[in-house]
Amino acid sequence: MNLIELKNVYKQYSNGVTALCDVSLEIAKGEFVFVIGKTASGKSSLIKLLYRQEKPSKGGVFVGGINVAKLKNRKVYKLRRKLGIVFQDYKLLPNLTVYENVAFALEIYGLRSDEVRRKVMKALEKVGLKEKFKSYPDQLSGGEQQRVSIARAIVNEPKILICDEPTGNLDPKTSLEIMEIINKINEEGTTVIMATHDKEIVNKYRKRVITIEKGILVNDKEKGGYFSEKD
Amino acid sequence: MTKKRGDTSVKKIRIFFHSIEEAFKSVFRNASLSIASISCIAITLILVAVSVILSYNVNSFTSDIEKDVTIVAFLDKEVTQEQIDEIKTKIANLDNIATIEFESKQQLIDEMKEENADLENILNQYTEETNPLQDTYLVKVENIETIGKTAEEIENIEGVSIVKYGEGMVEDLVNVFDVVKNITYIVVIGLVLVTAFLISNTIKITIQTRKRQIEIMRLVGASNSFIKIPFFFEGLLLGALGSIIPIVACCYGYMYLYERFNGQLFTPIIKLVNPDLIIFNIIIFVITIGVVVGALGSYRAVRRYLKI
Repeated sequence: MNLIELKNVYKQYSNGVTALCDVSLEIAKGEFVFVIGKTASGKSSLIKLLYRQEKPSKGGVFVGGINVAKLKNRKVYKLRRKLGIVFQDYKLLPNLTVYENVAFALEIYGLRSDEVRRKVMKALEKVGLKEKFKSYPDQLSGGEQQRVSIARAIVNEPKILICDEPTGNLDPKTSLEIMEIINKINEEGTTVIMATHDKEIVNKYRKRVITIEKGILVNDKEKGGYFSEKD
Repeated sequence: MTKKRGDTSVKKIRIFFHSIEEAFKSVFRNASLSIASISCIAITLILVAVSVILSYNVNSFTSDIEKDVTIVAFLDKEVTQEQIDEIKTKIANLDNIATIEFESKQQLIDEMKEENADLENILNQYTEETNPLQDTYLVKVENIETIGKTAEEIENIEGVSIVKYGEGMVEDLVNVFDVVKNITYIVVIGLVLVTAFLISNTIKITIQTRKRQIEIMRLVGASNSFIKIPFFFEGLLLGALGSIIPIVACCYGYMYLYERFNGQLFTPIIKLVNPDLIIFNIIIFVITIGVVVGALGSYRAVRRYLKI
């Protein structure tokens, strides 16, 4: 069964810009998918539709059995609880420690504090930041901050991990470290959708690559590379 | 199934206490903004408290004056004791009567003698039979607005010759007092509204700086109510903290003034309301406004960030 399904999706913004035009795609459980494209190609819009930051203008978006297009604002949390989301700018709270930033995502479940502790430490261990749980975000490097944000995304063991240019702010070496962590999460069974600009990573990992250009899905290739249509 | 339901309610209780804990943490974590909100709440609530104290005093002053207005019913000269008693019963049977007091012409003459030594000699010439004064009933009414009608009814009773109550002046007084009372009510209501506006605006600014926190909460799957409830408690807490200074300042300030002026303002006519009678009400009023406006203001302010 497909975990994610887009059926003839159109996205037009109120200023008239068409970001996506008749996009259809299916992503199965356990897949790793790169979404690539130039700036303003529509790949960010595609990613935003998946976690209902944006609603499609037309067409159907199904994520984990939820019809995102018809999801009411106050029910959005039901979708987001199935997802982990990683952003280019980390979106950490500067006044919370590493531990608190990760635990933040668990507070909504009303878990016992020992359960929270166990889960948070497990997630931090996965991203290799167990030792720094007491630090504040500004005491960490960019790569470390991104790892905290990954730990926060996976702490509740979501089925789907959505990464919106997670290595966009990082140097190549750190980007590879982050990519290694995301890849490992995928190998453990989590479906990963990752929007990226990073040619090197896309070409190194040889995953399924979806290319968006001017809002149109121009290429969808297993074990693809960057601009693989020219291969 | 039952266990699952039990688990859910335990989780809900945990989330509830977590909300309260978060509210406290957040007040301390955002200390400078909390202090700004608390100060703003405190200043506006001081105004509210002062205007409430003023309005209590205006009310008490006007009703004191109103209570003093008396209808004097002069009885016919040749009334018998039997008639005097009969008139009293008739007056008592009318509507709007608070108290009836009889004053005989002899009592009146004695009072006049006491008040003025010069008059005493002249008045001494009169015996009980030649006393030119008339027996009177002093009647106080329950509702001063219909005093004219009551006076007329008393005048129609047989054996009553003339009725006086300060016609014209009393009506003017009632009208002026009505205006004054209405103004104090309007001022209090206006101040409460301004307070509500100021407090909710300050809280809005506080929340604006936490847009990111709300955004992230939404992204990690927090439901809207989960996000709103801590802000509700935080507003409530800020409101409660903000009402402490106004309560302490106004209550102690008023008690001090009351003592200092011996319970009256410049003249014995303007009696101040005893602080013991109103302080409890003022405390409740100020705290309620602080807490309700704080909680609702904050709850409303956070709503606009829940649309993403």
